[in-house]
Amino acid sequence: MPEVKNRQAVTGAQAVANAMRQINPDVVAAYPITPQTPIVEYFAQYVADGLADTEMIPVESEHSAMSAVVGAAASGARAMTATAANGLALMHEIVYIAASLRLPIVMPVANRALSGPINIHCDHSDAMAERDSGWIQLWAENAQEAYDFTLMAIKIGEHEDVRLPVMVNLDGFIISHGVEVVDFIDDEAAKKFVGKPIVKYPLLDLNNPVTYGPLDLYDYYFEHKRQQIEAMKHVKHVFKQVAKEFEKISGRKYDIIEKYKTDDAEYIMIALGSTAGTIKYTVDLLREEGHKVGLVKPWVFRPFPKEELQEILNGRKAVIVLDRAASFGAEAPLYEAVKSALYEAAVRPQIGSYVYGLGGRDIKVEDIRKAFEDAFEGNLIADEERYLGLRE
Amino acid sequence: MALNIMQLATLFADKNPGITQGHRLCPGCAAPNVVKFALMIAKAKGFEPVVGLATGCLEVSTTIYPYSAWNVPYIHNAFENVAATISGVETAYRALARRGRLVDPDKKYAFFAFGGDGGTYDIGLQSLSGAIERGHKFIYIVYDNEGYMNTGNQRSGSTPPGSQTTTAPVGKKLSGKVQIKKNIVEIMAGHENVYVATVSTSEPMDFFKKIEKALEFDGPSFIAAFSPCVRFWRVGDDKAVDISKLAIETGYWPLYEVERGVYRITKRLKELKPVRQFIEAQGRFKPLLKKADADDIVNEIQEYVTSRWERLLALEEATKDKPIR
Repeated sequence: MPEVKNRQAVTGAQAVANAMRQINPDVVAAYPITPQTPIVEYFAQYVADGLADTEMIPVESEHSAMSAVVGAAASGARAMTATAANGLALMHEIVYIAASLRLPIVMPVANRALSGPINIHCDHSDAMAERDSGWIQLWAENAQEAYDFTLMAIKIGEHEDVRLPVMVNLDGFIISHGVEVVDFIDDEAAKKFVGKPIVKYPLLDLNNPVTYGPLDLYDYYFEHKRQQIEAMKHVKHVFKQVAKEFEKISGRKYDIIEKYKTDDAEYIMIALGSTAGTIKYTVDLLREEGHKVGLVKPWVFRPFPKEELQEILNGRKAVIVLDRAASFGAEAPLYEAVKSALYEAAVRPQIGSYVYGLGGRDIKVEDIRKAFEDAFEGNLIADEERYLGLRE
Repeated sequence: MALNIMQLATLFADKNPGITQGHRLCPGCAAPNVVKFALMIAKAKGFEPVVGLATGCLEVSTTIYPYSAWNVPYIHNAFENVAATISGVETAYRALARRGRLVDPDKKYAFFAFGGDGGTYDIGLQSLSGAIERGHKFIYIVYDNEGYMNTGNQRSGSTPPGSQTTTAPVGKKLSGKVQIKKNIVEIMAGHENVYVATVSTSEPMDFFKKIEKALEFDGPSFIAAFSPCVRFWRVGDDKAVDISKLAIETGYWPLYEVERGVYRITKRLKELKPVRQFIEAQGRFKPLLKKADADDIVNEIQEYVTSRWERLLALEEATKDKPIR
C-alpha cells in the first residue's frame, strides 16, 4: 500500500474540485446550480489563486456550459464542466451531441431531484434522465470515490477504444456538502496518471480541416449510432485497465461493481451512490444477527453491468433493488435493469423493488432492515413497487 | 489598409474562400455569398477562418454527410448555441496556444459564427448575448432572411408585419404577424465593447470594410447581413441583389455600424424611396396587399422605417467621438 501523502477532511465538492485542479484541464465552463455550485466555486478559486491555469468560461447557462465544452473538446482541449438536476436537464440536448461527436468530456454531477415541484436535494432522477444519452456513468458512494472517479474518468473517456464523455455521479448534499476524510494522491502522481490529453481530429488543425456535426441522414446515421454502441462495449475492459493503474498509485481497488460480503450471501441488496454506505452498515448489523446478507453496488451504471450482475446474483435466495428515482408508469430504473438481467439467470432469485429517498428524504438503517426482512420472510413480489421512508 | 476589388479578384482567382462548390443551397440564395464575403476577407487579411454554424438552411445544405462544402475547420452543434460553441472553440484556442499544443501556432486564427435569424434573434439570443458579454474574440454573422426558412417559412422575431408565413399567415381575419421586426442590431449594440454593423451582399465594398474592421476589432463583433430567401420571399432566382438594393434605398435595411456605442451611417441616403416599392416587389406580401387593411400595415412599416432612419441620423450626431469605453 503506497504511503498516504495527503489526507484531509473535505466536502465531496472540494474533493472533486481538487481532482480538477490536479487534472488542470485546458478549459472549464462554470455555471452554478445547487448542489453542484461549490465544485465550480472551489475550482474557480484554484484558478484565481494560480493553482490551476485552466481557461475558465463563466457561461450564462448550463446549456451554454455544455455547448462551450463541446466546442472546446472538439478543438482538441481537455474540457470539463459540472452540473446537477435542472442544469443537467437544460443541457440535455447537448449532452446527446457531446456523446455523438465522441468527445471525452468529463462532468461531475451532484445528483439532485429533477423537479417539480422545486426541490434541491438528492435523488437520482437527473442522471437517470440521461442514462440513454451515450455517456458513461460512474457512481460514487462517498467523497473518496468521487475524487478517484474524476481522475479515472479522464483516462477512460479519452481511451482510443472509447472516446466517450463521462459523468461522475455524486449524491447532492450528502456527498457534495458532507465532510469526509479523503486521501488525495499527490499532485505529481495524479498528473502523471491522467497524462497528456489524447486528442483525435482536432478542429483547430488547419492542415487537416474537419467538419464536426454534419447533417447525418438515414443513409449514415444508423451506422454512426452503431459505432457509439460499440464504443460503449469497450468501456468495461478500459475501466478495469484504468482501475488497475489507479490501484498502483492509490492502493484503492475498483471494479465495474463493488461486492460487499456477498461470498456466502443469500440475500443481496443493490443500490447506487451514498446509500450503499448505510447498507454496508446495516449488512454488518444483520450479519451479527446471523443473516447471510450482502450488498452489490454498481460503480459503473452505463454501460450496465449486466454480465457481472448475472454472475453474482444467479442462485441467490433474494435480490432487493433500491432506487432513488421513479419511472412513472414503469418500474424504477435500476430495478428494471436488474430484473431484465435476471431473466437469463439459470436460477432466478426472488426479487423486490424499493423506491426511497426522493427529493432528499433520509434513508435509515431501519428502512433498509425492513426491506431485508421482507426478503427473509419470502415476502418479495417481483411486480410490486414498495417505498421506504414514505408516509402513506 | 482597405482591400479593393482588384486585389481580391487576383487573390481569389486561385484561392478558395473556405466554403466551396457542391453545397445544396437554393439557386439565388444570398446566404453563401454572405459566408464567402466574410471568409474571403479573412483569408485576404492573412487569417485562418474557423467556422461555427447554427442549425439552419446554411448548415443542412452544406454538410450532408459524407459530403462537406467546407474546407476550413467547421463545427455545427445545435440551433441555439453557435455563439456558446464558438466561445468554447476560441477559449480552447487560447488555452492550447498558451500551453504550446496548437498544431499551427504561427497562424492567425479568425473565429466566425454564422446563424440565421431564428438562431440569432430568437432561440440563440441568450447564448449570443452571453458570448458577447464575456468578450470572446469572434465575429458573429446573422444571415437575416426574416423567417424560419429551413423548416418552411415560419414566422421569426425578424419577420416584418404582413409577410406571408405559415405560423402567422395572412388570412381572412388576421393579416399575419402583427409585431414589427425585432431590432437585433440595437440589442447587440447595447452590449459593452462590441463592434456591430449591418451589411448586404448588394454593397460588397461596404461589406468588405466592415469585415476588415471586425477582424481588427479588439473584442467580439456582430454583423447583420440582409439575406433574401428567394424561395419564400417569392422573388426570382436572380433577384436577391435587386431586392437588397431596394431594402437599402427605402431605408428598410439601413447600412450603418456601431463601434463601442459610436454610430456611423455607412450609406447615406439623400431621401428614402417609399417602402411600398420594397414590399410590392415581393410575392410574400401579395396576400397582404389584397386585403383591405394592407395600407395600414404598409404605413406602419413606413412610419417605423422613417422614424428609425431619423433616429439613426440623430444617434450618429449625438454619439460622435463618444465611445462607451
